[in-house]
Amino acid sequence: MRRGLLLGFSRRYGASPLHLLAHLVGFAIVAFALDRIFSGGDVKELLIWYLGFAIAHDLVFVPAYSGLDRLLRATIARVPLRARTGVPVINHVRAPAVISALLLIIYFPLISRRNEGWYFSLSGHYLEHYARNWLLITAVLFLGSGLIYAARVVRTRARPVS
Amino acid sequence: MSVTESSNPEPTAPRLTSRRSSDPSSHRSNRRLVAPFRPDCWRSPLRGPWLTSFLGTLLVPAIGVIALTGFIDHWAHYPQFAGNDGVGPSGDIPVLFHFPASWPSWSYAVTQGFHVVLGLMVVPLVLAKLWSVMPKLFQQPVARNVAGALDRISLLALVASVLVEFATGILMMEEWSIGNIDLNVVHYYGAWVFGTLFVLHACIKLPVVRRAYRDRGVLKPLRDDLAQTKAEPADDGGLAPVNPAAPTISRRGLLAMVGGASLTIFAVQAGESIGGPFRSLALLAPRGRVYGTGPNDFPVTHTAASAEVTSAMTGSDWHLTMVGERTMSLSRQQLLEMTQSTRTLTIACTDGWSTTQHWTGVPLGALARLAGAPEGAILRAVSLEAGQTSQAFVPSLYNDPRSLLALRVNGVDISLDHGYPARVILPNVPGNFNTKWVSELRFEAA
Repeated sequence: MRRGLLLGFSRRYGASPLHLLAHLVGFAIVAFALDRIFSGGDVKELLIWYLGFAIAHDLVFVPAYSGLDRLLRATIARVPLRARTGVPVINHVRAPAVISALLLIIYFPLISRRNEGWYFSLSGHYLEHYARNWLLITAVLFLGSGLIYAARVVRTRARPVS
Repeated sequence: MSVTESSNPEPTAPRLTSRRSSDPSSHRSNRRLVAPFRPDCWRSPLRGPWLTSFLGTLLVPAIGVIALTGFIDHWAHYPQFAGNDGVGPSGDIPVLFHFPASWPSWSYAVTQGFHVVLGLMVVPLVLAKLWSVMPKLFQQPVARNVAGALDRISLLALVASVLVEFATGILMMEEWSIGNIDLNVVHYYGAWVFGTLFVLHACIKLPVVRRAYRDRGVLKPLRDDLAQTKAEPADDGGLAPVNPAAPTISRRGLLAMVGGASLTIFAVQAGESIGGPFRSLALLAPRGRVYGTGPNDFPVTHTAASAEVTSAMTGSDWHLTMVGERTMSLSRQQLLEMTQSTRTLTIACTDGWSTTQHWTGVPLGALARLAGAPEGAILRAVSLEAGQTSQAFVPSLYNDPRSLLALRVNGVDISLDHGYPARVILPNVPGNFNTKWVSELRFEAA
């Protein structure tokens, strides 16, 4: 009898009662924490943050990097490097590009010097080195990736073709 | 036929199409959907339950450590006293942990260093995880039943909250505030939001993860090189592609890229937490620069200029006022004539950087006895700093033999930027608790 009731609930609800209980408890905690956040701040601005970050990531950032990747694949397909060397080149471009882009995103306030006035008033220093350092790191990443590629090409050539 | 990923989504039109169709699961209605809502437009052969499970499995311990060290940081602020932290004390959970007096004075530097450095290192993993589940965002129909709707809502909230949580942490570390947002509050209670949804998500998805590992092995897919990389069979969850493209990278290649990004972030960041010769390697860390070799050449959280403290205020007229059962006034010379103690203590900022120096001064416990601190009194150190809010220190903290009113550092007077004429220095507290330019020590009955 009780099992029948549970099965009926699960069929209509779409999951076990535990699923519902977990969501109710979870949403209660979330609602409390959101109330703490929103009661102290500008509601409109906070909504823009939460919705804005989700939209920016899902509908701008991901399509943008997927598009760039597609462009990269198309470009590499036109350069017959693999046919000549036997080693695919794409990930030797992807890896340094991805790492460099991530560093730019994470350290954007410092690299772009957007917060320089405030940073200077606190620390007594300017942000003159960050853009240079980022470019330097990017160059080292591409150089390192290129060297690994060269090493792989040499290794492939040394290996007898079976 | 356009089958490429991420063609520009037009969210309104396709939703209407799917809502109008009487049987949304039929093949016919699928054909009427527009990319990215059509399942066959998601073509990466890497996506699937195994990859998402594996990335999630890596995230669980990392997020666990970041959350724990985050709460330790919050509790190290003694948030039970109003004004000590930007958050609390009302509506907060109780303080569950304090660094025991027997722990080394750099314990907080370690936990906070982990919080910030690991937090940054996890960013590539979070973005890879989100990439792996992108088809779910556009899955049609929106929900088949109430449970499905709850899943959908909690997932959307999870994505928004993880992005806000990491963004606020990164912005605080880099001293960049935008608009009227109190980053402290959004980061702290945002952690409750994100943490709750993260735990909920991990519990709900546990059967999916177990099935993926049972079907494909926990580590077995990592053995495949590019030639052996095959798409996972299409699954109920809609993660694996129904129309996979040829792979251009293996799964282990993708994970190596994520790991390489994390290691690069560690390399350009961790030096500011580890300190010493490693500081110069932290090329992008906010406090990574090398300051010089002099005894006062270590990082400054905020300068005397920013605090509006001038050398006129700290000259020979400066006196330390102490208020306990007795009220007294001491000159810097009188303080220097008291029994001095030298301790090696770490300043560790909430932003993650730290620096260890040799401090000389009068133990705060001795000053408490001299002023006649009432039993169990809290100490408020008042600074000359403009507009500063005082912080409360508990007796166990100021009576710790390592806690000093420091007058000298590395054998010389502390510089104005480091808090001349006298600063508080305590073991295992956030850097801003080490009050600079102290003008008054008040022992108040709790």
